[in-house]
Amino acid sequence: MANSEIVRLENIHKEFDGETVLDNINLSIRDKEFVTLLGPSGCGKTTTLRIIAGFETPTSGNVFFFDKIINDVPPHKREVNTVFQRYALFPHLNVFENIAFGLRLKKTPEKVIREKVFEMLKLINLNGFAKRNVNSLSGGQQQRVAIARALINSPRMLLLDEPLGALDLKLRKDMQVELKNIQQQMGVTFVYVTHDQEEALSMSDTVVVMDNGVIQQIGTPQDIYNEPQNAFVADFIGESNIIDGVMLDDYLVSIFGYKFKCLDSGFEQKEPVDVVIRPEDIDIVRADSGHLSGVVTNVTFKGVHYEIIVDVKGFKWMIQTTDFHATGDEIGIKLNPDDIHIMKKSEYSGKFGDYSSYSEEYDKLDDATILNDDSESEVID
Amino acid sequence: MKTFGKIYTVLVFVLLYTPILLLMLFSFNSTKNTVHFTGFTLKWYEELFNNGALLQLLLNTLIIAVIASVVATVLGTMAAVGIHKMKKRMQSVILTVTNVPMTNPDIVTGVSLALLFVFIGGMMKNNNVLGFWTLLTAHITFGLPYVILSVLPKIRQMDRNLMDAALDLGCTPLKAFFKVMLPEIMPGVFTGLTMVFTLSLDDFVISYFVYGSGFSTLPIEIYNYTKKPIPPTIYALFTMLFLVILALMIVMNIFQARDERKKANKLAALQG
Repeated sequence: MANSEIVRLENIHKEFDGETVLDNINLSIRDKEFVTLLGPSGCGKTTTLRIIAGFETPTSGNVFFFDKIINDVPPHKREVNTVFQRYALFPHLNVFENIAFGLRLKKTPEKVIREKVFEMLKLINLNGFAKRNVNSLSGGQQQRVAIARALINSPRMLLLDEPLGALDLKLRKDMQVELKNIQQQMGVTFVYVTHDQEEALSMSDTVVVMDNGVIQQIGTPQDIYNEPQNAFVADFIGESNIIDGVMLDDYLVSIFGYKFKCLDSGFEQKEPVDVVIRPEDIDIVRADSGHLSGVVTNVTFKGVHYEIIVDVKGFKWMIQTTDFHATGDEIGIKLNPDDIHIMKKSEYSGKFGDYSSYSEEYDKLDDATILNDDSESEVID
Repeated sequence: MKTFGKIYTVLVFVLLYTPILLLMLFSFNSTKNTVHFTGFTLKWYEELFNNGALLQLLLNTLIIAVIASVVATVLGTMAAVGIHKMKKRMQSVILTVTNVPMTNPDIVTGVSLALLFVFIGGMMKNNNVLGFWTLLTAHITFGLPYVILSVLPKIRQMDRNLMDAALDLGCTPLKAFFKVMLPEIMPGVFTGLTMVFTLSLDDFVISYFVYGSGFSTLPIEIYNYTKKPIPPTIYALFTMLFLVILALMIVMNIFQARDERKKANKLAALQG
């Protein structure tokens, strides 16, 4: 991804009626990249998109388009196009005229318009729909017309504001694939806004996680999932057990007073940290052979796996497993060093789930042996 | 119960339409007798079309109604767009202010407008201000709130993103208004236009205070007839007026029905 940069947001700050909705946003978007702005509603992702489109101007900070500041350039003079959440097709125009709208404004010759529109109709699999009233189309079809209407102008960048939000699950999955194909075929940069973490992970080159008007983390989907920067990201992207821990040394963390090997380094000695353990990474073993043991308090069948809640001395873990364990069963938990991810403490620490029950009971086990170090451990698999 | 309902409905319609039907009937009566129908004739219509003064009055009334409704519709639509862009609190303040003239008794509006016109005339050293322009201004003024009232809900119903989409695709704000917003709010604009037109056509109270000797309208002149027996030519005139307005109403209803069907389709598409 050594492509050239198209848009850069620099120290963007945005206020509505004195209320800060975006705070110090810095973001660089490269050519042909699929960037997703991900976050809960009200996190500022749509406002960020509207600033790139030109519908909003930043209170302070700059928007660069190929190194030129475009803060005050109105939307109709920007080389970006938008696909809106509820399609926003023009109800008084048919499918053909909706798609041709941008070209007509540019006074394109009729012949070229016809050619391009039919090419677009083919791309979005709506051959033969040219004369149809847009109101007679299904949600998925309307959305595809909206995409064609934007793409026909050959924008440098396509902005999509929760484009699949109004569709049902099955259709949404199909459209995700279709969108990704269109993006690769046309070679256009996509900036995609969604609150659906699965959508973000499966489609993007780069994910920008936002909350409270602040960018929490920017990275590839793998980075975001495997190396979340703080408790918010860990909780928002997938399920997470987040436990208070203390970093004893490089590659060594203490949880519940037990020592565990991990793969993280670069923390202060004795620095309190948040420890993330993904529910699908935890191995369930016999109660007497795990690092920790607990009682199953809840079982939910999810199709692919069971989601079970295990009470380990008051801390409730979520574990995903394909084996059934009944409520009341006592089971053991085994953690490998690469199951454990260490994060710095943040304003989000202790806010998420039932994950903050560090209690004094565990403190006295200070110099316990390292539980998951295979070389010197007594644990039997 | 069902039959009672039917009888009731018929009764309402009879009460509403008997006077008009009677008027129509007697516009074809061969004598001036208003009790007995003595025979069919078209002579009152003939007389009407030969009565230059009466036709001039009709023309005056139509001129005022057309200009006033068009001007009020343009101004009112612009005002509605502006009001829509205001903050919520400012909006309700402005709307209250624009709605007051509608509930205000016509006689108050009429007297105050007359006062204003004479006052301005006095400042311009003109003792004879009342006439075409004052009448037109008055009609535009009382028509304006009706336009705002019928256009604003249409703007509010519009998908907010439609205008953004138009701008996004390369429209200047003005182009976006004509290419996207206007077609969307057209039913409201049309309702406003017909409302002002019909209100202007038969306005008497306000017109009475602001008309001048040089320019008068039908309702004002007909008022003078009430002191003497009304000639059947007036019946003929009213019959025609009624038919014109009826036609207007039917056109308006067709427009609205089409608009609603469109909306129903859209809803069905969204759910389907």
